[in-house]
Amino acid sequence: MMRFLLLFSRQGKLRLQKWFTPMSDREKKKIIRDMTTMVLARQPRSCNFLHWKDLKIIYKRYASLYFCLAVENQENELLALEVIHRYVELLDKYFGNVCELDIIFNFEKAYFILDEFLMGGEIQETSKQIVNRSIEASDMLQEDDSSEWYEVELFG
Amino acid sequence: MSDVVEKTLTALPSLLSLDSQPGSAKLSSTSKLGSLIRGITELTSKHEEEKLIQRELLSIKEQVASPNTTMRQMKELMVRTIYCEMLGYEASFSYIHAIKLAQQGSVLEKRVGYLAVSLFLNESHELLLLLVNTVLKDLQSTNLIEVCMALTVVSQMFPKDMIPAILPLVEEKLNHPKEIIRRKAVLALYKFYLIAPNQVQHIHNKFRKALCDKDPGVMTASLHIYLQMIQENPEGYKDLTGSFVTILKQVVGGKLPMDFNYHSVPAPWLQIQLLRILSLLGKNDPSTSEIMYEVLDESLRRAGMNHNITYAILYECVKCIYTIHPKSDLLEKAAKCIGNFVLSPKINLKYLGLKALTYVVQQDPKLALQHQMTIIECLDHPDLIIKRETLELLFRITNAQNVTVIVEKMLEFLRISKDDHNTIDLVGKVAELAEKYAPDNEWFIETMNTVFSIGGDVMQPDIPNSFLKLLSEGFDSVEEDRKLRLFAVNSYISLLQGEPGKLPQRFLQVISWVLGEYSYLKEDLESAAVLRLLAKLLDMKNSSSETKSWVFMAMTKLCEGTAGVSVAQEVSETYSSSMDTVLRQRAQELEHLSQDSELCAKVLPRGGDREHVEVDSSLSFLDGFVSEALAAGAAPYKPPHQRQEELAQAKVLSLEPYSLSLPISMSSCSITDRQSPTLLSMSSGLSGDSTDLSHKGGSTTLKLDGVKRVWGREGYLSQKEPVEESAQVEVPSPVRSPNQQEEGDSSHSQTPTVTPTLGCEQEKQQLASSLFLGLSTQSPVCLMGKSEPAPQRFRRKAKSLNTSEQISNSLISSPSAVDNLLCNNLLDSSITSEPDLSPPERTTELTTANGTCNTETALTDSGMKGSNPALNRDNSVDATDPPSHEDMDRPKNVCLMSHLPAELCGLAHSEITPLCTNQSLSLSACHVQKEDSLVLVVFINNCSDSDIQQTRIQVDSEDLEVSCVGDSPVEELRSLSVAVCQYSLTVKRPLVNVEVVGMISYQLPVVTTQELQFSYKLPLSSFIRPLMVSTEEYGTMWLAFSNDTKQNLTLISDEQEPLAATLNVLRKKLQLHIVEIIGMEGIVACSLLQDQPCLMHCRVHAGTLAVWLRSPTPDLPDCLIYHCQRALQCH
Repeated sequence: MMRFLLLFSRQGKLRLQKWFTPMSDREKKKIIRDMTTMVLARQPRSCNFLHWKDLKIIYKRYASLYFCLAVENQENELLALEVIHRYVELLDKYFGNVCELDIIFNFEKAYFILDEFLMGGEIQETSKQIVNRSIEASDMLQEDDSSEWYEVELFG
Repeated sequence: MSDVVEKTLTALPSLLSLDSQPGSAKLSSTSKLGSLIRGITELTSKHEEEKLIQRELLSIKEQVASPNTTMRQMKELMVRTIYCEMLGYEASFSYIHAIKLAQQGSVLEKRVGYLAVSLFLNESHELLLLLVNTVLKDLQSTNLIEVCMALTVVSQMFPKDMIPAILPLVEEKLNHPKEIIRRKAVLALYKFYLIAPNQVQHIHNKFRKALCDKDPGVMTASLHIYLQMIQENPEGYKDLTGSFVTILKQVVGGKLPMDFNYHSVPAPWLQIQLLRILSLLGKNDPSTSEIMYEVLDESLRRAGMNHNITYAILYECVKCIYTIHPKSDLLEKAAKCIGNFVLSPKINLKYLGLKALTYVVQQDPKLALQHQMTIIECLDHPDLIIKRETLELLFRITNAQNVTVIVEKMLEFLRISKDDHNTIDLVGKVAELAEKYAPDNEWFIETMNTVFSIGGDVMQPDIPNSFLKLLSEGFDSVEEDRKLRLFAVNSYISLLQGEPGKLPQRFLQVISWVLGEYSYLKEDLESAAVLRLLAKLLDMKNSSSETKSWVFMAMTKLCEGTAGVSVAQEVSETYSSSMDTVLRQRAQELEHLSQDSELCAKVLPRGGDREHVEVDSSLSFLDGFVSEALAAGAAPYKPPHQRQEELAQAKVLSLEPYSLSLPISMSSCSITDRQSPTLLSMSSGLSGDSTDLSHKGGSTTLKLDGVKRVWGREGYLSQKEPVEESAQVEVPSPVRSPNQQEEGDSSHSQTPTVTPTLGCEQEKQQLASSLFLGLSTQSPVCLMGKSEPAPQRFRRKAKSLNTSEQISNSLISSPSAVDNLLCNNLLDSSITSEPDLSPPERTTELTTANGTCNTETALTDSGMKGSNPALNRDNSVDATDPPSHEDMDRPKNVCLMSHLPAELCGLAHSEITPLCTNQSLSLSACHVQKEDSLVLVVFINNCSDSDIQQTRIQVDSEDLEVSCVGDSPVEELRSLSVAVCQYSLTVKRPLVNVEVVGMISYQLPVVTTQELQFSYKLPLSSFIRPLMVSTEEYGTMWLAFSNDTKQNLTLISDEQEPLAATLNVLRKKLQLHIVEIIGMEGIVACSLLQDQPCLMHCRVHAGTLAVWLRSPTPDLPDCLIYHCQRALQCH
């Protein structure tokens, strides 16, 4: 089971946080601090897996953004790496060539996509098409929405 | 794909400042969030950012509170608040508004509201209560999106006590026509199962329906629940194995819709989930494993593509293959797979390969041998993670021969690692290895010194505790104890003379304690000098007050002589006015005790044995309290087993067979052992034996005695000889005995300096040969059942010598002899050579000149005194038991044997023991075990050259019923002939050892009547016979017996199955019948001859065997337990 997913920039700025188990704010802050220092200190080309307490941290860098996923000890590390990758693919499909800025400015969308992809700390839907269809379905409801900053190009 | 993303992403950060670029088109500059983000990026200091955000939050606060704010504006405000919170600024004022938004907004606004709630509120937040109604409403909505949102939020953050409110609605969704709703409902229920399993107990059958759902997505979701449930109770779901296998077959065969493919691999997540489930189901279950072999083979074959995701599947496959009941060709393929991983240039795969090796190496050490060079390389890998994983692997293959090298590597890592969690874990492992396999004292103390220095104050507190306990309790040899303690003292003195300021507090505490207790062992050391060193610690600035009290305690123990007292006085003066009350107290104690050496000696006896501390275990000081309570009407206390019994009797119809009722009562009352399993607790959970784990859940797997062993120390015990094995070139290295281990370093540095590259290579090989020592298959010892090639050095002293044993010891022989000879290692060899089937027999030996014979002491003494325990099944000397030093009596015995009555031949008998001799007669005896009695056979040998007349022999016993068998005792005995008398013995009342006394009178032609007295002692165990009962019969008998005893016995823990091994020893040595072994418990039955049964219940608990004996005969349980202890000690 997954415990949390953090997205942060190369400067250690948090971009997205998802906690799958209840945690106090203090714990969250500590974890975020620990993760950013741990992951940012890693040399390039080293192993993508880390140990942290009794959890395994799987991280991957996409351009300027670090994806950092904590899973329980018995989980499969390679599979967790693919979870991250699929999420990136989903973001990419939705935003069309996603970049850090997309996630900064439309972070709530990134959350919605994540909620369709993962649920309760487990994979819910792995198909890019289906995740997109459900996000699209919700977005359609705002077609009449004239809010200028919500104009999102749906598919590339 | 990821490459494209990366390329794009790297180009993008520059776009932030260039609005005209197309990439920023969607970031409208007029958006308030946009301008906030922009504003933040333009700032240069953290302080400015804080000011900006506070301003922002203030304005948000105003707006959300305003009644004129629309829901749409509210949504936008919420997004901005979320952003501020993400930056680490608290905005608790907005929480209530987030809930309101979720409640009242339109679908889209609601979505943001729910998101904000799930990000803001913690599971325990009180505002969550306000959300329940909203969720209830949305769950019943006709709008699918609203239902989805409600289910998502429910799985994200619902606390335990709120689940019942929404559970029926979520349950209902399992029947929803839309598969996406069904899937989310299943996942929500999965989450409920995790936080409150009891609440979803009733819907288990609905889970089955979800498993059979026509939509693969719903089925996949249900597997999460199944994995969890099967983990808890694999037995309950064996029937589903076939279904899981079929599903996996279909997935692997590509029968699922394309939607489920991931990079053209069919449903990898589903595959891995299924593999995990299968490995749980197939564990220790040959027939279930049988079903899955084919699909596993296919999975291995199909996952050939070179992509991360296929490696993930392969890894899971390999793990599964090594978890379930082994099949040789699959194992071969899996081993190859692991090889590919380990040898891969990709670092992630290498990591997984090491992990897989660690997982399988306990079963198959050969695999580690095959990859030894890779492992060595990984040990020097620049990435600490790889290094750490390698050490984990090495930890698993540590034995007495490679311990020094491996521990050195671990300490090396510890010195560079900065991570606390790592340090704690690794330090614990080093301490565990050091205690288990230490080759010598110096190494042990030095290693522990490093452990304490590095582990410092983060390590588990049980490491120093266990170390001190080890020192104080000592081992089997007094001299060894002294040496170890002395070495510790020497080492600590020199540490204190160095720079004690750098040592961690815990280490200083250990040092103070050891010096306080044992510095007297160092004869050339003035106690005043130690006192001065200790006093220096008190003056150090960074000494904690806890350390100071340890130091004070040590000083109190040490102060003697005028010099010492003056140091003590000085120190106590300084601290008797300390602000710290504990220190002041200690200082006062020091002051007073240093002045009164007599009192001091009484309070703190030198070298005081902690075991002598009198503990009032009967809690008699509570008597007053109890009688008061009784007078006030409280029910009298009943021991748990009595309660259980009454409960059982109260039931008119007992439907529970023995196996159900007993273990429950046992577990509640068997914690009699005070020795904490410290070592177990500090090592990581991983180090546990895998078979043990399977028993933990109280599973009902029946472990039958004769079950074929598939896994040995050598791995899979099949007959196949892997080809790689023979090709494997073992680097020749002198096989070093554990005692020579300290030379390891020097031999390591003695690497020949031929050429630099070659030298380097050789160094690695040398390292390899020292690391993998003891793993090679050339040690046949392992298969013989003697699992540890070298005996554990620091074997803890068997602690629980119970009173009955001590009494009986003194009865038999002088206690000192028993102490010295107890657990004598020499015995091990002689007893293990016992042929499997032979019944327990004890050698007997003449110990005193006047003809008293004692079989029991002989048992412990035999190794020393040079006689062999004779375990003869027939009249010949047993060939498997070659006497290393031929006893003088032996030839005589053999010829006496031929006089054994024909009807007794072929029965188990003891060695013939001389009873008494004079110039004309020599008497010997042995006992023969018959089914219903014990026959004492007395051989009367006339060794004079004249006939003897009027021989009369009398045999009598206080403890035994003696009756003469066959003809009346011989009257006349011709010169150089042998007469035989038989006496049937039965037990009157059980004693640990029973004695027969006798007298023989005879007449020589010339001399008048002569008398000769003799006695023959034999252990009660010769009267013990196996009692063949079934478990049910056992159950009934158990409840009927009233005399019982409980005791903890040593567990033979060096075997794969400690319980079975221990019981087998008892079976062989004491002829007990093993009725059944269930998991960690076993029941055993025997009887004293025919009519006095005794039942024994054994349970493995905290590393010891908790036994509980019951019998209708008083004293029998006590006596039997003594013999069990003996049997196990001498094992």
